[in-house]
Amino acid sequence: MSGPRVAIVDDHALFRAGVRSELASLVDIAGEAAGVEEAVALIAAESPDVVLLDVHMPDGGGVEVIRRVAAAGGDAPPKFLALSVSDAAEDVIAVIRAGARGYVTKTISTPELADAIRRVDDGDAVFSPRLAGFVLDAFAGAPPPRAEDTDLDQLTAREREVLQLIARGYMYKEIALRLGISPKTVEAHVSAVLRKLQLSSRHELTRWAAERRLVD
Amino acid sequence: MLLAFRSVGLWFSDAIVWPLVLVTAGGALIWRQSMGGGTPAAPETATSPAPTGKPGPAVVDPTPARATTRGIEVSRTGLGIALVIGAGFIFLQATGSLSAARDVLVATLVVAIVLGVILAPWILRLVRNLGAERAERIRSQERAEMAAHLHDSVLQTLALMQKNSDDPRVVATLARRQERELRTWLSGSPSAVGGERLLRAALERAAADVEEDHGVPVEVIVVGELRLDESGEAIVAAAREAMNNAAKFGGAAPVNVYAEATESQLQVFVSDRGPGFDVSTVPGDRRGVRESIIGRMERHGGHAEIRSRPGEGTEIELTLPLGEARS
Repeated sequence: MSGPRVAIVDDHALFRAGVRSELASLVDIAGEAAGVEEAVALIAAESPDVVLLDVHMPDGGGVEVIRRVAAAGGDAPPKFLALSVSDAAEDVIAVIRAGARGYVTKTISTPELADAIRRVDDGDAVFSPRLAGFVLDAFAGAPPPRAEDTDLDQLTAREREVLQLIARGYMYKEIALRLGISPKTVEAHVSAVLRKLQLSSRHELTRWAAERRLVD
Repeated sequence: MLLAFRSVGLWFSDAIVWPLVLVTAGGALIWRQSMGGGTPAAPETATSPAPTGKPGPAVVDPTPARATTRGIEVSRTGLGIALVIGAGFIFLQATGSLSAARDVLVATLVVAIVLGVILAPWILRLVRNLGAERAERIRSQERAEMAAHLHDSVLQTLALMQKNSDDPRVVATLARRQERELRTWLSGSPSAVGGERLLRAALERAAADVEEDHGVPVEVIVVGELRLDESGEAIVAAAREAMNNAAKFGGAAPVNVYAEATESQLQVFVSDRGPGFDVSTVPGDRRGVRESIIGRMERHGGHAEIRSRPGEGTEIELTLPLGEARS
């Protein structure tokens, strides 16, 4: 089977089996793991290209898997695509900040999931409308700019525009058409947002949800 | 009693009267405190386990209030103890037996320390057990609450899904409705503040209704939050109408709702990937759009814009100025 080699990490056997049978004809399945420990071992043994990572698992969840794989080093670390039924923004943002290249919900259709896997494998960032909403909320809810803030702590107007269009359900191609830029540029904006999300020193980003202010 | 002492002519009558008064006052304070102590503790156990899953921003932390009452309690008890000890000293001073008392005091102190060392682990365990027991009680209360909720919602839905298992549309709708309901319950975020609905909850509600009516999934993404005044409610009503339209004419394609509240405006986008239509020739069956969406927005100082082309889906954009931008 051609295509990226994919590992499935989820503590629900039913879900693993479902994804496996859905994706079997579209990608190369390298294996599955039911927990953090198993996932780390599987990734070390199989070095897959992409890991479909459940956000919520016992013993630390997806964040812990990413942390331990990163700590172990390795020459070709896999790319992580977070997958969850959770809408808890702080959990999703935490996985992205840990190093995942994208986030999609478990209700995603099979062709869309396969497409997301391919894009993550190509080094692109995959933002579902929901993640785009979370990120906009995170940067909007962050406190006003401070003197020590770098460019990493702010979204540019264009990046906001791109995220808003993603949240409104536009495909990258449609966004490009609408903004009069190339799809590659849209990609670049999304990757830049992902980088900011991961590198910003604003730790508030991970816990803004709890103190989201009310606009009156 | 005191008079009786006096009449008997005891020589230390004054030496006993003042300490007695102090002891009575101090004792009364301590007693009242330890007897009445049960009263403030009772409501505390009744209110503390807020069974909302995760403590959301809405859950008001009751600790500060409790800490102050406890502080007052402690200081009153302290005052009582000080009074009683003071009385003892005055009495001993007056009777001249202070030095003898010092020996007794040292002996008592030694005994107290010895007893304390021996009994400390036991007392500590007792206190811990009490704490553990209370935590266990709260946990089982929460478990009962959770079980009741799951029974009323999830189990009912699962039963309905089994009954309707031959109709995938009904099953999907049931599953989505339950998912939405469970998420709301888990997030514990409030749906209204001070009688005014909140934007997120109101849009979720509208989406759930449209989903139920048309069996088309409606995905809602909200950035920011807002209390809905009359104009806010109007934009939600217009958005609901837009969702209805998208579900009705969008050819069963999922409907996407994106709302963003900033300081200066509230925007709601409702889009579908259905067949779309030519905006310049609004079909007769979509006249409702003009009145219930465009008209409604304009009456509240906002505006609506419809973007659609045959074959490219439809997007309705609703904008309402807020704060100073509104005039």
